[in-house]
Amino acid sequence: MLNINNLHVKLEDEDKAILKGLTLEVPAGEVHAIMGPNGSGKSTLSYVLSGRDGYVVTEGEATLDGASLLDMDPEVRAAAGLFLAFQYPVEIPGVGNMTFLRTAVNAQRKARGEAELTAGEFLKVVRAKAADLQISPDMLKRPVNVGFSGGEKKRNEILQMAMLEPRMCIMDETDSGLDVDAMRLVADGVNALRSPDRSFLVITHYQRLLDHIKPDVVHILSNGRIIKSGGPELALEVEENGYGDLLAEAG
Amino acid sequence: MSDLAVKPIDEVTPQVSGPPKAADALEARLAALDLPRDGFAVAARVDALARLRAMGLPAPRDEYWRYTDPRPFNAPEAQALPIVGGPESPLFAARDTLTLVFVDGVFDAAASDDPALDGVEITSLADAGAGHWAEDLYGTLEAAGQSPVRRPFAVLNTAAARDGLLIRVTGTPSKPVHVLHRRGTDAADAVWHHVIRVEAGAELTLLESGTIGARSNGVIEADLAPGAKLHHIAAKRANDPKVGLSHLFARVLDEASLKSFTLAVNGRQMRHEAVIDMVGDDAVAHVAAAVMGDGHVGPFHHDDTVFITHAGLRGESRQVFKKVLRNGATGVFQGKILVKQGAQKTDGYQISQALLLDEASQFLAKPELEIYADDVKCSHGSTTGAIDDEALFYLRSRGVPRDRAIVFLVLSFLADALAEVEDESLRDEINERLDAWLTDQPLN
Ligand SMILES: Nc1ncnc2c1ncn2[C@@H]1O[C@H](COP(=O)(O)OP(=O)(O)OP(=O)(O)O)[C@@H](O)[C@H]1O
Ligand SMILES: [Mg+2]
Repeated sequence: MLNINNLHVKLEDEDKAILKGLTLEVPAGEVHAIMGPNGSGKSTLSYVLSGRDGYVVTEGEATLDGASLLDMDPEVRAAAGLFLAFQYPVEIPGVGNMTFLRTAVNAQRKARGEAELTAGEFLKVVRAKAADLQISPDMLKRPVNVGFSGGEKKRNEILQMAMLEPRMCIMDETDSGLDVDAMRLVADGVNALRSPDRSFLVITHYQRLLDHIKPDVVHILSNGRIIKSGGPELALEVEENGYGDLLAEAG
Repeated sequence: MSDLAVKPIDEVTPQVSGPPKAADALEARLAALDLPRDGFAVAARVDALARLRAMGLPAPRDEYWRYTDPRPFNAPEAQALPIVGGPESPLFAARDTLTLVFVDGVFDAAASDDPALDGVEITSLADAGAGHWAEDLYGTLEAAGQSPVRRPFAVLNTAAARDGLLIRVTGTPSKPVHVLHRRGTDAADAVWHHVIRVEAGAELTLLESGTIGARSNGVIEADLAPGAKLHHIAAKRANDPKVGLSHLFARVLDEASLKSFTLAVNGRQMRHEAVIDMVGDDAVAHVAAAVMGDGHVGPFHHDDTVFITHAGLRGESRQVFKKVLRNGATGVFQGKILVKQGAQKTDGYQISQALLLDEASQFLAKPELEIYADDVKCSHGSTTGAIDDEALFYLRSRGVPRDRAIVFLVLSFLADALAEVEDESLRDEINERLDAWLTDQPLN
């Protein structure tokens, strides 16, 4: 589904390379985890894939179902099925959560040539999904992420993901800031979405999330490159020993 | 009534203070007006004319006119400015209101609702004769508002206005009073003057909408008795090129509350001054505006000038001004909070912010605090910024197209000003209209 090949990325404003030949494939239906030290380029990868300004791809490519992602506008990527759950979800005062979400859902449906949801249809679906994530009706009415706690923001990201039904879900440290119960809720939400034609790329620092969301493959990202890939046991190894040995091994 | 009332206007000797040229300009300006010479409030008009001759018209170099060119308002004749765009239903048109229609600043009784409504007495200024209750008020708040800063066009208005509404609120009317403006001719030079007296414990919502003259000069004098409430919302038709001046003079007594909100979308050159005297204790005054100007639709210059004086104890004032500017549009804010000696426990807040959608636009802000009491809480801030890239990316990453995402962010920026509209359904109506305007004219 997602193919990243020899991706090199530098910052637009300064001559600083961040991704240095990253290659990664996430086949349909699989869950891949990315772990790696702070500053290794995990968030940068998620931003570049979803189309944030400020980065320049100097080499390599990334495709979703064979279509080149890198030339598309962010909204086009979203309509094509890509979703990023942000490490730091953004607050937007004055714009209602529901208004925003309905606009997003219908904009994507429209872009794909599907019928838009009526207010009533939308409301029914969103209420059910919010209840699953224990997001209160009051939170739905509030402006986007404004006054939400850290954990509430993360759950709101998963609600958006559940509503938008993307095919390629990238989650950037969705587990950070979640309490134990919320982590389970989020994991349940993600597991409910798992299907043969949906894939996940889960960025995390901790093994715990991966206990709930069982990855097929774990990648270690360091200094802009995947230095090692393996099964779920790789995450356990990181949890126990840190990155020292892995980094040494990679040179 | 002072006996000045009987002195015909023609006999008042011009008192020339400025250079002769300035005096000539004022006389030319006055000569082009059809000044009322008798009837309602003639004393106040005579007085106003004398005051105006003593102070003269503003010059571009005057400190208070540093950011806004007074010349379009000084010129004897209004420039013809045809309205642009198709028909647009005025805001509030679908509501149950007492609608009073003004055409080029002149009350049109035939087009209006019957002004009879429980809790409020309404007379048009043109119909009011000598001895009407409003004679004691007409021009007095305006005159009081001339110090420490002169506001010559308001004086001119007091001298020249032939029409307006005289509204006395004695209860809580079941619906808002809605002044609906219409334009008769393209070169209309509309002048109107409303006097509003809200009696103790009474409450009124005053709405203004519609198309004003190519040039306009509107004054509202609002006198709020103890415990009175006035909600004022002005939202004129969008996009029409116009040069307009408006003044709101208010006196707020004990526990009375004034909330005034202005919405302006495009236009040409507008200046709105709010001069609010919080005389009583525990008085409340909020003034806010949401302004959007696109220089591409036509030249745009919008000036909000506010002067709030706290004289009573525990007064609460808020100024929230937001301007969205692009394609060479200019926004101005001059706002002052004056806390007099003895006005302890004053809570004064002022924020003015501009969202510049390009580098060709500008925001000029002059926030001022002047405080003579020692136990007060006053703050002011002014910011100028661009669209937040992070928020824009967040919205787009969810599939919201760029144009729509920008609309969201503009509405988000304006939200604090709109929050000053207390009535939720009015606030929603304004928000929906803003949304529609923004959607029709994508901000790229
Ligand atoms: N806009 C930017 N300006 C300057 N430096 C940047 C920018 N974006 C990323 N970087 C730098 O690029 C490197 C990679 O950052 P990135 O956020 O991708 O790391 P990360 O792997 O997500 O780290 P963490 O685990 O702390 O979230 C860091 O050194 C960071 O400081
Ligand atoms: Mg990160």
